[in-house]
Amino acid sequence: MAEPRARLAELLRWLLLGLLGLMFLMPYIWMVSASLKPLDEIFRASLNLIPENGGTLSNYTKVLSEVPVAHYLWNGLIVCAGILFFQILFAVPAGYAIAKLNFPGRDWVFGAVMLGLLVPYHVPALPLYVGFSALGLLNTYTALILPSVISVFAIFLFRQFFKSLPDELIHAARLDGMGEMAIVWRVILPNALPAATAFAIFSVVAHWNDLFWPLIVVSGPTHATPALGVLYFRTEEAGDDFGALMAASVIMTTPLVLAFLLAQRRFVEGIATTGLKG
Amino acid sequence: MSETLTGPLRRQRRPVGEALAGIMLTLPAAISYFLLLLLPTLAAIMLAFTDYELGAPAIGWIGGENFVELLDDLGFRQSLRNTMVYTAIVVPFSIIGALALALMIEALTRGKALFRAVFFLPVVSLPVAMATAWQYLLHPTIGPLNALLREIGVNGPAWLTSSDTVLVSLAVIGIWEAIGFNLVLFLAGLTAIPRELRQAAEVDGVASAWERFRLITWPLLGPTTLFVVTITMIRAVRTFDSVAVLTQGGPNRASEVLLYTMYTEGFTYFRLGYSAAITLIFLLIVLALMLLQTRILDRRVHYG
Amino acid sequence: MSGIRIEDVTRRFGAVTALDRVSLSVQAGEFVALVGPSGCGKTTLMRIVAGIEHVDSGRVIINGSDMTRKRAAERNVAMVFQSYALYPHLTVRQNISVPLVMKRLSMGQRLPLIGGFWPGADAVRRGITNDVGKAASALGLGELLDRRPAQLSGGQRQRVALARAIVRRPAAFLMDEPLSNLDAALRVQTRREIVDIHRQTGAATLYVTHDQSEALTMADRVAVMQAGRILQIGTPEEVYGNPVDLRVASFIGSPRINTLPVEADADGQLHLGDVLLMRHAPRGPLTFAIRPEDCELADAGIPVRAEAMEFLGENFLLHCQHPPSGRTLVLRLPPGAPRARPGELLHIGFNPSRALLFDAEGRRLDPDLRVSQQEHAFV
Repeated sequence: MAEPRARLAELLRWLLLGLLGLMFLMPYIWMVSASLKPLDEIFRASLNLIPENGGTLSNYTKVLSEVPVAHYLWNGLIVCAGILFFQILFAVPAGYAIAKLNFPGRDWVFGAVMLGLLVPYHVPALPLYVGFSALGLLNTYTALILPSVISVFAIFLFRQFFKSLPDELIHAARLDGMGEMAIVWRVILPNALPAATAFAIFSVVAHWNDLFWPLIVVSGPTHATPALGVLYFRTEEAGDDFGALMAASVIMTTPLVLAFLLAQRRFVEGIATTGLKG
Repeated sequence: MSETLTGPLRRQRRPVGEALAGIMLTLPAAISYFLLLLLPTLAAIMLAFTDYELGAPAIGWIGGENFVELLDDLGFRQSLRNTMVYTAIVVPFSIIGALALALMIEALTRGKALFRAVFFLPVVSLPVAMATAWQYLLHPTIGPLNALLREIGVNGPAWLTSSDTVLVSLAVIGIWEAIGFNLVLFLAGLTAIPRELRQAAEVDGVASAWERFRLITWPLLGPTTLFVVTITMIRAVRTFDSVAVLTQGGPNRASEVLLYTMYTEGFTYFRLGYSAAITLIFLLIVLALMLLQTRILDRRVHYG
Repeated sequence: MSGIRIEDVTRRFGAVTALDRVSLSVQAGEFVALVGPSGCGKTTLMRIVAGIEHVDSGRVIINGSDMTRKRAAERNVAMVFQSYALYPHLTVRQNISVPLVMKRLSMGQRLPLIGGFWPGADAVRRGITNDVGKAASALGLGELLDRRPAQLSGGQRQRVALARAIVRRPAAFLMDEPLSNLDAALRVQTRREIVDIHRQTGAATLYVTHDQSEALTMADRVAVMQAGRILQIGTPEEVYGNPVDLRVASFIGSPRINTLPVEADADGQLHLGDVLLMRHAPRGPLTFAIRPEDCELADAGIPVRAEAMEFLGENFLLHCQHPPSGRTLVLRLPPGAPRARPGELLHIGFNPSRALLFDAEGRRLDPDLRVSQQEHAFV
């Protein structure tokens, strides 16, 4: 085999990918760059990536003082964690039951799950809004968390996963005298960790980034998620102070990006496995 | 099977115990499914045939009138057309782009994780924030893109505020957002192709990368490609964030998309019945796309 | 010269030397088995010959041309992979045609739709169909031509892999443990078929296996490899009866050859019990080896304690323990032999001319130095 030919091809690939990658990262690069520039420099529209005079943190101080950043991030955490908690709480037992247990109506339940996969979450949004409004639950964490608590995707994913678990595991647990409930939490859940991690990543990314539903049920900063927080800041600034806008964007995007860079493999595997099974 | 209790007593208790457990375990999910998914979806479908407006005292059944109105509604037709155009741009480019990148990255010996991370970044980035970043990038006067064009003597248009370019600009942002996701899926599909197969092909005389692609890679990526196409189409039809943040459907409905129209009709004009009708159409489109995947193409693409 | 010639091939993976100056030649029409334990480098060597692995130094010459720098597609070799590597989306017919399509049809003729209209394509395709048909019937695949690999059994898939290899009449056949995924009965039957096919094609065949009995029954010559080196190349009889290295003697033959540690006495004479094995033996620890079938029960000889007897149908295997060394010795006994009771004390006698002696490094001691047969009474 020809080694120099292979090395040349690899070099070319690196160059091409490097170029494309750089172009791809332009929004990030410019976002950070502008966030460090004072307003007058931004308006001069120079092509310098590096801010003149060493840049300024005034945009960040402005954002941090005017925008309840920590509060928004905290809201994001509560909502995502709350959603994930209930999703797993409901989906793991259900997925296990459908996969391994025999009970009347099981096939109907599975059929309902498959049907549910076809319906985007925007469809029930309207009546849910009306319902929450009637119950006076708008602008609450409940409204943000509750609708996503049922994730047919999670049930489907866990069902597929549990189907591949050997039956002997459960038989052995029964022989050891464990009741069905104990089996779920002591045997099944620990074994479901890989699928649960993959799903957790998928769920957190989806809900952290979601704008549609928070926009509908929340108005005002008290319960705003990070996505809404950025939107509010935008409307306040009326699109003039780009420096501050960029700083706000950087701050709100960083948590998830950081988490991704630290646990890259998990993220990618999570999205890939949930994607290919779903 | 358990042997701790013998005889007919045991045989009776086990199935009942199991059935009971099954029902108990599924109950929470079933209840929340019913209350939070099934009922609201049925309600949404029913609402589509009413004239319900938020705050109105009464709700009246009007049959298919909403749909008739939609057909005449120039704004809605524009919205539907925009969504189709947007999808038609985003889908092929983000898929071909992702496939090309996947092929290149997969062939690397070093740096796979690095480039995968680079292109995957938009997937984990807050879309609202990145849309704002794009707005700066594409800004007609202070944006770097137009500044660059000015350097070479070209006067760039107002990308996001001119009705000629706004949809295409949003589509580019859509491609940018979608490529990373598709890339990861394609990479997973590529690594699933057994190495020995490629070696066997080499020995059989398949020398060039193109031939290898045609004989092995493309056919064996079939299921993955099918999935990616469907997912990308559905996600493109569901686009909302960038429109809501950047253009609010403007200028003059040039960038109005299906879900945004559904949102404004429902929550700006509070015409919930009308909005529900749009939702129903949206649901039908998504169902049609998924049906396309399972029925027509699925048969041709799986090899046993 | 036609066939395969491997000259001083070395291949390293980081700090590990997978192949250390290996040389081997396979003539046209010859069947050479490359045998050794897992990890000895035999598969790496085969892949180097195929062109899907490159060399750090050395040459690979096929049919007289230096192919070392050439890609697999440019060499005229065919390879049967352990996993068969069939194209899952193609039918059996299409699978077998691939090498011919790649070789005989030009780029234009291969294009998906318009390739059919390219000048000359039709004639070539007819030729391909013809040859594919012949290869398929040679392997009994006539009925299966329109099936896909997923619909075939393991044995059928293996035949498709073979058909794909023979259809192009290559200069060399490479087979990488093609039988290891088959069940035992099928394996024995397929061995003969592979050798028959090899004879029909007249190509040079290099066959990799970890199963030494496969190598002995199928090959014209056997090359025994270990840790990246070829220990011995010879006919099956040579490798079995005249091993040059203790490792070869231990690897070839089932059940494993019996070994005992021995040492010469002060005046250089090597005895085992009452038997004089060698007059001028070297100093230091030596190894005495004898095959199970060359042992028999006697009144005097090597003292052992019987452990177990295995009934093989055509004979027995008697497992014994040699108390002084703790080693297990195995004898092959004829069907009528008296049954030994476990724990019974017995003596093993042997034919001294069949005994093998190895030095401390495992090298075979020259038989000329040993006592000639006439000087022994068979003990």
